[in-house]
Amino acid sequence: MASRTRPTTQSPPLPAGLTREQLLGIYRYLRLTRTLEERLTALYRQSKVIGGLFRSLGQEGESVGSAYALERGKNGDILSPLIRNLGSMLVMGARPVEILRQYMAKADGPTRGRELNVHFNDLELGYLGQISHLGDMIPVMAGITLTFKLRGEPRVGLVYIGDGGTSTGTFHEGLNFAAVQRCPLVVIAEYNRWAYSTPPEKQFAVKDLVDKAKGYGVAAATVDGNDVLAVYQATKLAVERARGGAGVQFLEVKTYRRKGHAEHDDQHYEPPDELDWWAKQNDPIDRYVKQLIQHDWVDERELSDVDEHVRVEIDEATDACVDEPLPQGETALPGVYANPRAAERLWFRNL
Amino acid sequence: MPEVTYLEALRQGLWEEMERDDRVFILGEDVGLYGGAFKVTEGFSQRFGAQRVIDTPISEAAIVGAAAGAAHMGMRPVAEMQFIDFVSCAYDMLTNYVATARYRAGLATPLVVRGPCGGYVRGGPFHSQNPEAAFFHTPGLKIVYPATARDAKGLIKASIRDDDPVLYLEHKWLYRRIKEQLPEGEEIVTPIGEARLAREGTDLSIVTYGATVWKSLEAAEQLEQEDGVAAEVLDLRTLLPMDDAAIMRTVKKTNKVLLVHEDTRTGGVAGEIAARINEQAFEWLDAPIKRVTAHDVPLPYAPTLEDFVLPQTEDIVKAARWLAAY
Repeated sequence: MASRTRPTTQSPPLPAGLTREQLLGIYRYLRLTRTLEERLTALYRQSKVIGGLFRSLGQEGESVGSAYALERGKNGDILSPLIRNLGSMLVMGARPVEILRQYMAKADGPTRGRELNVHFNDLELGYLGQISHLGDMIPVMAGITLTFKLRGEPRVGLVYIGDGGTSTGTFHEGLNFAAVQRCPLVVIAEYNRWAYSTPPEKQFAVKDLVDKAKGYGVAAATVDGNDVLAVYQATKLAVERARGGAGVQFLEVKTYRRKGHAEHDDQHYEPPDELDWWAKQNDPIDRYVKQLIQHDWVDERELSDVDEHVRVEIDEATDACVDEPLPQGETALPGVYANPRAAERLWFRNL
Repeated sequence: MPEVTYLEALRQGLWEEMERDDRVFILGEDVGLYGGAFKVTEGFSQRFGAQRVIDTPISEAAIVGAAAGAAHMGMRPVAEMQFIDFVSCAYDMLTNYVATARYRAGLATPLVVRGPCGGYVRGGPFHSQNPEAAFFHTPGLKIVYPATARDAKGLIKASIRDDDPVLYLEHKWLYRRIKEQLPEGEEIVTPIGEARLAREGTDLSIVTYGATVWKSLEAAEQLEQEDGVAAEVLDLRTLLPMDDAAIMRTVKKTNKVLLVHEDTRTGGVAGEIAARINEQAFEWLDAPIKRVTAHDVPLPYAPTLEDFVLPQTEDIVKAARWLAAY
């Protein structure tokens, strides 16, 4: 089965030009992503999460590895995550308490209860929240990176798209537009086997997503999405090329969505042995830990310290916000426009 | 004082904003060296360079999406739809992405999407549309629709300077038909959200916008000559946000109102205006609110068919007579 092919990209003997601190930093983001999502699952089961819960289990490696290749901070690079790229937002500086507040629709959340899950942004930190219409962020990121180019700023954009998302019209229009304009944009195409319940065979007639890149005349590569360091290296190369003026870079990451589309989805359409194999044999965090230990890059004690710190951080973040109020109803009215400042309160509410 | 066409006035407005603010840039199909299908951007590429007058692929969703991204980064993009009929291809980007951006994410998205609208030009179903009703229902967008050369200039300048996304609808039947003296060196900026009293009258009010402003003025002239009926004509200029105060002022003055638009009837803007008058000025009405609009069919090509489907001056005259006699 194609999806079980063992990774062909091996991690380098030396850790990708990264320091020990950076290697531990990557591990921290991986653990933070998984622990935060596990906490969200618990809150979901307690009905504290208002809407759906979308897990990135098994995909933390590609989210963290790709984002880690960007320049972070003010006037740095900008990425646009999808629902399974929580890890990339944490790398850019999103705080767990913001994610928790957003999922629980708290008044003090980043969108003050207006939007769900990871749909929020901080352009200063370098992430632009998605909307639910898949593909739409590619034209938008084309415009952001076109602006970098017009202003001569040495900045790069990175946008994620799932295998199913590549079927949309905006994916095509945006990628073509960005390719023609030679925008400094890196497109991470995630082959994770499932678009809700639809497998790639019903989504497109090419074998691999990388085959699509040829049609746009953009440079493309494929990487094992569950090998964090390989993703980091491949993205780093793509980012450097984009920054150097080589135009759009397309990177297909091979991975696997190990939970349902959202928490309500029982995954009955997925072969259980396949899920089991990816969990036991190809978990991105397990593989990374094995690499770190085998190469003596860090010791186990350091990793368990990170685990403990992350647990405390998530506990504190949860305690800080779980009992916070939801927004007051009338705060729904302001902010549709810069001017007028608030929508009209309708007459029957004043009766 | 030089006499300029509606199209030249629009062109001047765009040009002046490009000169004034280097964050302003244009993107669209054939807008560069070719100067646009109707020559609105003729000479722009030579003056401002290919970086600020960007020829794009035939990709309306990408044009609007890229404009949104640039706007987030502090630019002031003006996206041209070659014909406004094609804005439907960008409906998702405009309504889901652009219109919601400030509300859901606090993202400033100051962009203008503009393009030639309207019929009376034998353009057939896909080069004659009036798309306002499709966007009128979307909180977060503004919609302007100038009828005069002065407002073509004043509203494009106001739209570019506005901090919200604006759909700027320009009527291609007016492009070279309407001329006006515009003083050189005068800064013309038409405030968004303010209607214009195009003709004063006391017997009934015609509330309209776009090309039918001119047809309504013709009708009003005829009514005065032939019937001694004094019709007031209100040119809305901005559809979203709508100038309720101006509408209610004229309703309370004449007590009879005829709503006229070139777009089809069902779900059209006139229905919303009628509802607002009902809610805000019911006691002032001496007659039912009546509509003159296009018939509810796609706009056909043959002159005989198009003329039948679209509201004509004579239709407005007859409807106004009916109202005056009520």
